[in-house]
Amino acid sequence: MSKGGLMKLGRKPDSGRSDGRSKGRLLAVVAAGSAALLALTGCGGAVGGGKEEIVVAIVSNPQMQDAINLQENFREQHPDIDVRFVSLPENEARAKITASVATEGGEFDVVMISNYETPMWAENGWLTNLQEYAETTEGYNPEDFVPTIREALSYEGDLHSVPFYGESSFLAYRADLFEEAGLTMPEQPTWDDIRRFAKELHDPAKDFSGVCLRGLAGWGEVMAPLNTVINTYGGRWFDMEWNATLDSPEVEAAVTDYVDLIRDYGQPGAATSGYGDCLTRYSQGNAAMWYDATAMVSSVEDPESSLVVGKTKYAPAPVEETEAAGWLYSWSLAIPAASEHKDAAWDFISWMTSPDYIKLVGEEISWERVPPGSRLSTYDIPEYAEVSEAYAEPTLDAMAGASQESSMAKPVPYTGLQFVGIPEFQDLGTRVAQQISAAIAGQKSVEEALRQSQRYAETVAESYKTGER
Amino acid sequence: MSTLVEKQQLKRHEQRQDRDRAKAAKAEGWRRRGPLLPALIFTIIVTQLPFLFTLWYSLQNWNLLRPDGDAFVGLRNYIDIFADSTFRQAALNSIIFTLGCVFAAMVLGIVFALLLDRNFKGRGFVRTLLITPFLIMPVASAVLWSVSMLNPSYGLFNWILGLFGIPAVDWTSSFPVISILMALVWQWTPFMMLLVLAGLQAQPKDVLEAAQMDGAGWWKTFVSITLPQLRRYIELGVLLGAIYVVNTFDQIYLMTAGGPGTASANLPFYIYQRAFLGFDIGQAAAMGVIVVIATIIIATFALRLIFRSFDVKD
Amino acid sequence: MAIDTATAPASAAGRSEKAPKRGRRPSSLLTVLTWILAIGFFSPVIWMVMTSFKQESAAASNPPTFFFEPTLDQYRAVLEAGAGSYFLNSLIATGVSTLLVIVLAVPASYALSIRPVKKTQDVLFFFISTKMLPVVAVIMPIYVIAGQLKVLDNIWTLVVLYTAMNLPIAIWMMRSFFEEVPGEVLEAAQMDGAGLLKTMRTILMPMVAPGLAATALICVIFAWNEFFFALNLTAAKAATTPVFLVSQMTSEGLFLAKLSAASVLASLPVVLAGWIAQKQLVRGLSMGAVK
Repeated sequence: MSKGGLMKLGRKPDSGRSDGRSKGRLLAVVAAGSAALLALTGCGGAVGGGKEEIVVAIVSNPQMQDAINLQENFREQHPDIDVRFVSLPENEARAKITASVATEGGEFDVVMISNYETPMWAENGWLTNLQEYAETTEGYNPEDFVPTIREALSYEGDLHSVPFYGESSFLAYRADLFEEAGLTMPEQPTWDDIRRFAKELHDPAKDFSGVCLRGLAGWGEVMAPLNTVINTYGGRWFDMEWNATLDSPEVEAAVTDYVDLIRDYGQPGAATSGYGDCLTRYSQGNAAMWYDATAMVSSVEDPESSLVVGKTKYAPAPVEETEAAGWLYSWSLAIPAASEHKDAAWDFISWMTSPDYIKLVGEEISWERVPPGSRLSTYDIPEYAEVSEAYAEPTLDAMAGASQESSMAKPVPYTGLQFVGIPEFQDLGTRVAQQISAAIAGQKSVEEALRQSQRYAETVAESYKTGER
Repeated sequence: MSTLVEKQQLKRHEQRQDRDRAKAAKAEGWRRRGPLLPALIFTIIVTQLPFLFTLWYSLQNWNLLRPDGDAFVGLRNYIDIFADSTFRQAALNSIIFTLGCVFAAMVLGIVFALLLDRNFKGRGFVRTLLITPFLIMPVASAVLWSVSMLNPSYGLFNWILGLFGIPAVDWTSSFPVISILMALVWQWTPFMMLLVLAGLQAQPKDVLEAAQMDGAGWWKTFVSITLPQLRRYIELGVLLGAIYVVNTFDQIYLMTAGGPGTASANLPFYIYQRAFLGFDIGQAAAMGVIVVIATIIIATFALRLIFRSFDVKD
Repeated sequence: MAIDTATAPASAAGRSEKAPKRGRRPSSLLTVLTWILAIGFFSPVIWMVMTSFKQESAAASNPPTFFFEPTLDQYRAVLEAGAGSYFLNSLIATGVSTLLVIVLAVPASYALSIRPVKKTQDVLFFFISTKMLPVVAVIMPIYVIAGQLKVLDNIWTLVVLYTAMNLPIAIWMMRSFFEEVPGEVLEAAQMDGAGLLKTMRTILMPMVAPGLAATALICVIFAWNEFFFALNLTAAKAATTPVFLVSQMTSEGLFLAKLSAASVLASLPVVLAGWIAQKQLVRGLSMGAVK
């Protein structure tokens, strides 16, 4: 369309000349063109005059897509607020959100972050304190949030982001296939058990893998499950003196076992598969086991998208030396300090994280798709209790048990289970993840990958040894 | 722009007062320069000014995630880069992508152009088919290649290989650089083909006919007459192609995200990661500066080459 | 440089008609080979279009599905996902930036060819060197500056950047088209007493008009397909079509058919433009060399 116009302009014998007069004419043409386009955008953008527009940046996981699909309900309640979504895959979303919040760019009014960012960003003054909003909003009831999650999202006792869903990690396995093969999942499996089962059930000729594990580079991707393995093998990123310990025998054993397990009995394309790929693979019936976020249940148990509904049982996160090994994570919503529409932003956030929203998902979409692990009251809803029989308890148990005390063998100077609660970790974790990912792809040995990782970690640790002590 | 006009008028005014010939020449100079200035000033403001900021940032220890750490550190960021093996690998990848893509696309482009430079039924249609990859949005073509073509489970490529009994290959993890090169060559071959085709069609046909009269074979005619005449077109294609391919971002971002690990990251992608994933602005800026310097050095040689070919004509 | 144009063939448009005559006797074997290669080379596009008419289950099947009942569901889904506003943004960014490029490039290239300034080569060198600088080296300052000026996620930011991005190439191209104008023609016009203005209107512009169209086409292609700036500097309000495409890549990965439909729609405007204006494309791309 635009091309046609330009071509015509090009043929105009008098367009674009160096002398003032004809340039003026061409400028007039441009001005007219821009004005027309402006008018066009004007028409597109301002559908109701005094509407307040907010921009919401979220990660494009299935539960978030549901929220986008349900936005009509929010519109009915708040006809004066126009919501625009930016929905991106996890790594991309993190990059955009962090850049925007840190530079106070102000593109977003609502951002989806996690319990990793919340305390640090709150400390930097980048987030709006939500405690008062949460307490004064009728029927919102922040006391209902799962306690471990609420605590993880608070800074100096005040909520700075509110959970959309919360999760720990556990192991999903195909109970039907286990039975067929005469295998029994122990009540508390170890990683040796997993390897044994995976070997038994692996069948590449049928495009069926013994296990599915994340391998995609990214601290929120491969590093999440892998860090819980490192924790339970007795490894850690830094010791109490902030010495990097990624080259310790414990870490090497953990990473070697994880990488070997994927390479021997894992999914094809493992080095580039993340949560979403494993979800697809497992729910299409192409994997026997999958160790990942408890939030997987919303999709795995959804007949619309899954072929393995009701065939799956859930076991606690596999361990080695510790009594538990799960992680603790929450996708939560926050308002950047630079937002100019804080009240409207809160209206949206409180809609998306309220008890009513959970009922809305259950009634409008399905009870399996309810965002789990954010509110205790969710588990009291009879309809949800019914569909979640297989996993409600494992989920709550895993979340309640997700602490450094139960899941780590040695003390550490940082917060977090599957992450290290320092600002540099987003970068460090991703760089280490790239090394691990390369090892999974077979491009370097685990030893090489860890040696390079150790170097990265040492650089980061330097500033903590000198700067903060 | 109004100030420019004013300036110009001022100049004219001065000139009228002073009838000195030198001044007149100067005014003539301004009249010639005038039409150039808007574009020149615009380009300087939009492309050069930010670079000054980049230079300044490169001397800072500035991590976006630590608002307190904004300090002048001199050349430390530069020193760190030389110890960074990933940076070297990314530089190497940049070279592989650029040379590999430009070379392969040029060879294919010449083949296609020669095939097209004949009279046959449906020639226009075939040309239309062949130029299409250049017009497809790179983001779309990256998705097309990484998922529809190269996906390990349901990609078309593995299916075709399977017909010949070759087992499935996990392209983007096992051969990330080659996978990206495939997508790049596919996109840039039409570009080279069109250039070479223009060159072929500009050949004076009497020379060709004379050569044929002399009984020279096709290959001999091609090597001794056609290829030398195509030289300028090939050089132009290499130069323009390299300018664009060296900055490749879309395909890497979408097909491999620079992975596995950093195996397929080129410099633009690696710097992007340092800036927008690492938020290490100082370091990213220093890398940017190094790349700019290297580019200027290489470009000077490249431009000399292309200018030489212009000069030949003069 | 401008002088030897008289010896060069008159125009690319005339040339392509002559070309077939030059070809050897049509050899059917070569023709078959050409067709096979062309279709092989084009087949990813065919596959993309086919996939876009499939249901999701058929799109990601192994072995691939070749026969299926075509559906428009995916296109419907793409349009329902709000592709319209992204297209409008792309249209503005592409259209306005191309207009601006032409407005700036025509006088500039005039000053570099017909009535050249001193140091023409230096200026040309400067312009083309800005094209070689990696944009990634300036993205951070641009992001920070745009944030401070509150013009992040603003379509006019993209317009300015796309103008700067295409301007150097446009100047180079327009300059080569101005140089094609034979010096004698201009002299003759001046002899006849035509003023500069009239010379331009009646002689210069008609002669470079096809070149102008070619330049505009190239600018349109690069602006429409641009992703890096759009990715980093827009969020929701000013996001363009490539960003829309990426936002359709959910973490779930089950939407290949929908993604293909979005790809087809996103590529269609430029593909059609390129198909229709193939001759301009050749002219535009071969710039100075084609004289």
